[in-house]
Amino acid sequence: MTVTLEHFLLLSAALFAVGVFGVLTRRNAIGVLIGVELILNAANINFMAFWRYVAPPGTMEGQVFIVIVITAAAAEAAVGLALVLALYRQFGTIDVDEIHDLKG
Amino acid sequence: MPPAGFDIARHIWLVPALPAAAFVLIGVFCLRGQRGARAAPALLICALAAAGVLAALAIYHLASVGGQPLQWGVRWLSVEKAQPALHADIGTLLDPLSAVVMLVVCAVSLAVQVYSVGYMRGDPGYARYFAFMSLFSTSMLGLVLSNNLVLTYIFWELVGICSYLLIGFWYKKPEAANAAKKAFIVTRFGDVGFLLGVLALSLSAGSLNLVDLERTINGRALKPLFLGESAFVTVVALLIFSGAVGKSAQFPLHVWLPDAMEGPTPVSALIHAATMVAAGVYLVARTSFLFSASPVAMTVVAIIGAFTAFMAATMATAQDDIKRILAYSTISQLGYMMLGLGAGAFSAAIFHLTTHAWFKALLFFVAGSVIHATHTNSIWEMGGLWRSMRATAIIGAIGGLALIGIAPLSGFFSKDAILAGVASSEVLAQTLGPLGRQVLFIVGLAVIPLTGFYISRLWFVTFAGRRDESRGKAHESPGVMLLPMAFLAALAIVAGWAQGWFANFVQFAQSDARHAAHVPWLPPASVLLGLAGIAYARMRVLPAAAAERRPKSAVHIFLKNHWYIDYAYHWAAWKIVLGFAAVAAWFDRHVVDGMVNGVAWLAGRFAFTIRRSETGQLQFYALVIFLGALAAALAALRASHGMWGP
Repeated sequence: MTVTLEHFLLLSAALFAVGVFGVLTRRNAIGVLIGVELILNAANINFMAFWRYVAPPGTMEGQVFIVIVITAAAAEAAVGLALVLALYRQFGTIDVDEIHDLKG
Repeated sequence: MPPAGFDIARHIWLVPALPAAAFVLIGVFCLRGQRGARAAPALLICALAAAGVLAALAIYHLASVGGQPLQWGVRWLSVEKAQPALHADIGTLLDPLSAVVMLVVCAVSLAVQVYSVGYMRGDPGYARYFAFMSLFSTSMLGLVLSNNLVLTYIFWELVGICSYLLIGFWYKKPEAANAAKKAFIVTRFGDVGFLLGVLALSLSAGSLNLVDLERTINGRALKPLFLGESAFVTVVALLIFSGAVGKSAQFPLHVWLPDAMEGPTPVSALIHAATMVAAGVYLVARTSFLFSASPVAMTVVAIIGAFTAFMAATMATAQDDIKRILAYSTISQLGYMMLGLGAGAFSAAIFHLTTHAWFKALLFFVAGSVIHATHTNSIWEMGGLWRSMRATAIIGAIGGLALIGIAPLSGFFSKDAILAGVASSEVLAQTLGPLGRQVLFIVGLAVIPLTGFYISRLWFVTFAGRRDESRGKAHESPGVMLLPMAFLAALAIVAGWAQGWFANFVQFAQSDARHAAHVPWLPPASVLLGLAGIAYARMRVLPAAAAERRPKSAVHIFLKNHWYIDYAYHWAAWKIVLGFAAVAAWFDRHVVDGMVNGVAWLAGRFAFTIRRSETGQLQFYALVIFLGALAAALAALRASHGMWGP
């Protein structure tokens, strides 16, 4: 069996779905952040796959985008964890269901 | 004699321009400081004297060329695209009518300014007073000389604003401020009609130049905007007459003039007796071609005039304030003039305007003189002034007799000319029938004994009897006030003798008066009626003296309250204003506020409905974002591939 573009896309979609499920269902704020990381990496797999199979030879945009996304993900993780820390200090919990002061 | 090469028609604009220059100079240099204020009357008196000389020259010139109207002007407004094209000039029309009235205005104004030097001495607004007087003289002379109705209307409003400023001259007195407002607002009712009439004429005749208008209307070349030609002319004439009703204080807009007596007495003499209130009469005479084309309008003028003359004369019999008696007398005499105009006796009406200017200004001077001496306006607080103010008393008697129309004083000639004109009026016989004309004539006659009564009542109560010494000593007025009084008294005596010359000089093409039948019994009858009024006053008033102050009969109370017309207006205005205000308040509260509150209520309800979507749950928001992104992706897919498929 040869590995084709579709396989990568299926892997990416699965990873994305797992990530979204994590973001929407985890009650722990750190779990939500991990879900976001999974979504970002699903996007990275897509970039790599399309670069490998579709983009004309000699171009580097796919890889460059992945580096940028990893950088952004690192920044997001830093800010996100800082927010989680601040939440914990404020509310004494990081259970996102408990934190709903903006309820209308 | 004018120097050779001096064309009076080209330079007659100087007559209004000279007091205008005085106005500017007083306004710039005299309003501050004592010395400047003292120069103010000198400036105005010099300007008016020069203007008077020019006016006299103009009359001399016109008489020598046979009364041919002379026009001069510069183009000012020009609307070529209008259909028909519309032009208005800044121009003068010099003809016997304007020249005579111009001379009257100059002479009375000159006398009033000299008198004011004494009367207004020491007033803090001395220079301001003369500034306003200059502006008034300018406006009045401009109104008289204007050769088109646009300019006439502008000056018409200018004399109105001067009247407002001078009635309210002592503006710190609430009565004066209110009287000024009342005068301005009441006359405005008439002025709206005047403006509409001018606009209708400009659209239908294509010109507002008085000479052109006369030609258009006499040539039946008017293009009526609505109705037929004769009905249209009637409507326009009545609209213009409504302006005259306001300005000349005719019923039903007469209510402002008695209140206007709050102004300084020389102002009353000039503006509210001799000149501005006669502007309405002048306007009707100026547009006599228009009124002559409509017998209905003429009849309305005559009926309003006769009714006003009678009504105001009855009101004058029961007043206590010396100036208010004279104010009602003025309304009554203006009614006479309107009656004469409506009867087609234009020349007689203008003649009465002239003589009335002399003797009514004179009577106001007398009133000012006694007010100056006694510091009260009530005739019952004067009494017995004959001893201390003999010159004023004699001059007052001259003015009163001239007003009643005792031969050979001036009022006798002019009033009888009007009554004779009514008796033989063709236009009134045509519309009202001989009987209706007779009724108007008898009303005119009935005013004579009323006039005799009220003016001799005034004189007897003021000058005869005994002076109540506790009220302090009264002193005769200074020479600067007596001199103009003597000047006007002389004119009030002799002006009537010029009747033949006047009737020959001031002629109207459309006038009925030239056919006026001589009524042989009229002169003695009118003198006898006047004497009867005097005798009745002598009998009734003098013994009663102070007891008269309390109104006795119902008629007296009715007259003292000037027929309750002011109260009726007040009540009606109040009801209308309050009624309208109630409707407006309801509308504001329920419709305007209702709309605003309704919008706010809707927004509130909507917000309360959708606030449930704000759960505060982070993951709920994330879910919505995800679903939204999914929906957007699906929509994009569907747009690029059609329904689900390739």
